[in-house]
Amino acid sequence: MHQHSIVAPIVRFRFVNFLFIFSNFTRSINKNKNKSSTMADAETMFDLLQMEIVKFTHSSKNIGKNEANTKLEQMGYRVGQSLVEKLTKDAARFNNELDMMKFICKDFWIMVYGKQIDNLRTNHQGVYVLNDNSFKLLNRITTNRQFVSECQKYVAFPCGLVRGALAGVGVSSFVSADIKEMPLVKFQVEIQR
Amino acid sequence: MSKQASFRDNKKVSGELFTLTYGALVSQLVKDYESDEDVNRQLERMGYNIGVRLIEDFLARSNTGRCNDFRETADVISKQGFKTFLGITPQVTNWNAAGDEFSLIFESNPLAEFVELPEGHSNLWYSSLLVGVIKGALEMVQMEVDAAFVQDVLRGDTQTEMRVRFIKKLEDAVPVGEE
Repeated sequence: MHQHSIVAPIVRFRFVNFLFIFSNFTRSINKNKNKSSTMADAETMFDLLQMEIVKFTHSSKNIGKNEANTKLEQMGYRVGQSLVEKLTKDAARFNNELDMMKFICKDFWIMVYGKQIDNLRTNHQGVYVLNDNSFKLLNRITTNRQFVSECQKYVAFPCGLVRGALAGVGVSSFVSADIKEMPLVKFQVEIQR
Repeated sequence: MSKQASFRDNKKVSGELFTLTYGALVSQLVKDYESDEDVNRQLERMGYNIGVRLIEDFLARSNTGRCNDFRETADVISKQGFKTFLGITPQVTNWNAAGDEFSLIFESNPLAEFVELPEGHSNLWYSSLLVGVIKGALEMVQMEVDAAFVQDVLRGDTQTEMRVRFIKKLEDAVPVGEE
């Protein structure tokens, strides 16, 4: 009996919490229903895992925000590196830097986040700006500006992914991300020479 | 372009992405925690949090209703749950006499696809996340279960086996106004 009376409020709280974060979730699933209802969908697992990793890293004790982001970035780096190795196994060699960036913006991004980068800009001196107008992980959070600073932690892992992928094709770089308006993310890649 | 062709196999690659990310997480946890038991526990906790959300996704995309008995539950877990999210169908076997305990045998384990356990981690259950996912998901449909891996190919066993045991129905856990 005691157990039951304890269980109920906890579950209720979780439920409320859940609705808040995922208010857009079910809708997007219904949209895709016909497309992928029977197919295996590691994508969902991946998204949830990614969120869980962010939450875990940022809630561990004795760790500052920056340190946590660094950790996430490093995990992303590892993943990006091994992923690009598998991806480019049968690919032709890239001719130049721009080719590589195009690869990141198209194939790599489609594979990881299901869409292309919306806009790629460069100063032709090793700085590239990649705009994603609706970044997947932020898409499901509100478009309100209220949480912009909170959301910085969701882009640390992707930054690492990009840096790792570039390292995998032989370019060392520095990647940072900037959120001004939800869910728009600007990734800035500086190639180190 | 020949480069393009190899990227079209999207589904498979997104599975690899999941595998690799999970691998990075586990290796980070092994670095962070001193004992393997703590790593297991942490993975399970994260799995639980995932399961709690995953069940919503699952119910939204499948038309599964309430399960009438635990055998049906086991079937849905393996043939629909695992099928939908990981693309595998673990075998349901080894029922006990009371019918409240069964085993899931994983012929292939997507979490552990490119994995080799280093020496000195004999207590690490690499795929502990799945244990948490099952517990969390079932708790949200008012079922309390206990689950644990009892065999793992990574540890040199012949197969990967997870044992799932029904504990009780959570009668009062339905939020007010639901149902």
